[in-house]
Amino acid sequence: MLKDFVTTLNTKWLDASGPHTDVVISSRVRLARNLKDLPFPHLMNEEHDNQLIEKLRTTIDSQNLVKKTGPLEFTLLKELNSLEKRILVEKHLISPEHAGSSSGGVIFSKDQSISIMVKEEDHLRIQCILPGLQITDSYNMANTLDDLLEENLDYAFHERYGYLTACPTNVGTGMRASVMMHLPGLVLTKQVNKVLTALSQVGLVVRGIYGEGTEPLGNLFQISNGTTIGRSEEEVVTNLSSVIKQIIDQERVARERFYNGNKLHLEDKIMRAKGILENAKLMDSDEALKLISALKLGIDLGIIEAINLKVYYNLLVAIQPAYLQYTSGQRGMGPEERDKKRAEIIKEILRK
Amino acid sequence: MLCERCKEREASVHFTKIINNEKTELNLCEECAREYQEKFSFTFEPNFPIHHFLTSLFSDAIDTTRDRTLHREMICPVCNISYANFANSGKLGCSYCYENFQERLEPLLKRIHGSTQHSGKFPQRAGGKFKIKQQIRELKSQLQKLVAEEKFEKAAEVRDKVKELEAKLKE
Repeated sequence: MLKDFVTTLNTKWLDASGPHTDVVISSRVRLARNLKDLPFPHLMNEEHDNQLIEKLRTTIDSQNLVKKTGPLEFTLLKELNSLEKRILVEKHLISPEHAGSSSGGVIFSKDQSISIMVKEEDHLRIQCILPGLQITDSYNMANTLDDLLEENLDYAFHERYGYLTACPTNVGTGMRASVMMHLPGLVLTKQVNKVLTALSQVGLVVRGIYGEGTEPLGNLFQISNGTTIGRSEEEVVTNLSSVIKQIIDQERVARERFYNGNKLHLEDKIMRAKGILENAKLMDSDEALKLISALKLGIDLGIIEAINLKVYYNLLVAIQPAYLQYTSGQRGMGPEERDKKRAEIIKEILRK
Repeated sequence: MLCERCKEREASVHFTKIINNEKTELNLCEECAREYQEKFSFTFEPNFPIHHFLTSLFSDAIDTTRDRTLHREMICPVCNISYANFANSGKLGCSYCYENFQERLEPLLKRIHGSTQHSGKFPQRAGGKFKIKQQIRELKSQLQKLVAEEKFEKAAEVRDKVKELEAKLKE
């Protein structure tokens, strides 16, 4: 039961629905909240832990909450092994820091669009994640859930500083709204740095999702608000959303131009990527990320018609190391075994 | 930080000197401090490496040194965490730290966020008054703008609204 819950790919943001999925992979809003009368997590003792957990258990069982959000399930981190926790990281449901912890817990809705990290850096990190560009919807979801939780919880709040957080970088709204984008067009046309540098001037922060340095693997970028105090949640979300829409337009133009100017070459590149994904015997994760990026571009441009976009989303998680290892049921896989297994899983998902 | 004199041991004693309104600071380890006090408590001896200590004062260590002496004295009485502790870990101890370290946190927040005034959501249950105060703040900035634009009629309306809300706040 629990195992299914960890490994399922029926996670809401992986269903590839929602607007602008040709460019935007997912939209996520995270709210940091703390309870007034407990020290921040890094100073909590066992008794504090129990208080927090008890309080949350009764809160998420409240009838009003269940009626409005559906049932939420509380899992203690100590009930999960390290591999299971890492899969939750790979599915973007908990943070790497939280996966490293053995106290605290995580609360999920059935479709995992809601996940609440309990006792991460703050007592609560309420997170809503949806596929495509749905940042306003994600915010509304998180906001509603926040109100419902607050019916039963006394939040640490300051008239001047807003919601108080363990780290002052999150104080105020406690909100981080982020959008994951796939930008192969801007990368291919070498415009991505120019576009992304401009973002820092409007208070947004960009980072590559995988890989370090200048060339992020898989052409995936995460764009989020940089500051949390001084502007309202609505302003931040509206601002982010309008900037994202501009990037979407630029990305589409870049793709079209590049495709028109290099038709045969781009088609060749994409079909080769598909061929390798369908036939390779060994596949490391860097190569896989690059190839599935090409696959997605092929799907978006209509070069590949037989494959559904959902395949890309599933691959994004299924090629990750913890997921691979866990689903193969083998402990301590070596790199070669992992690459073999990765190649197999990719083939399996593509055949579906 | 290392002792500015022996540059070997951790500095744990902090001197502040004010000469001709010039404030200077010195950070020493216990041993050097004892020596310093014994030898120089009243006058500067020529053999004290004064230029040494002056150069260190002109380096960018000045500000951080002063900060550190200040931080060390600040402790949140609720969770017992010191400001220095926060400066190291980046994490405050409890929600009361914000009040207790306010004078240090204000400039920090300003640097990080460019603002120190929350203008977003309020907790619904506890937030009645906050909400009114926020409305007043918003109206007042609107008022300033209207006055600057010489739209006095509209400004008067907004002013009345502010008064109304302020009265409500006092209830």
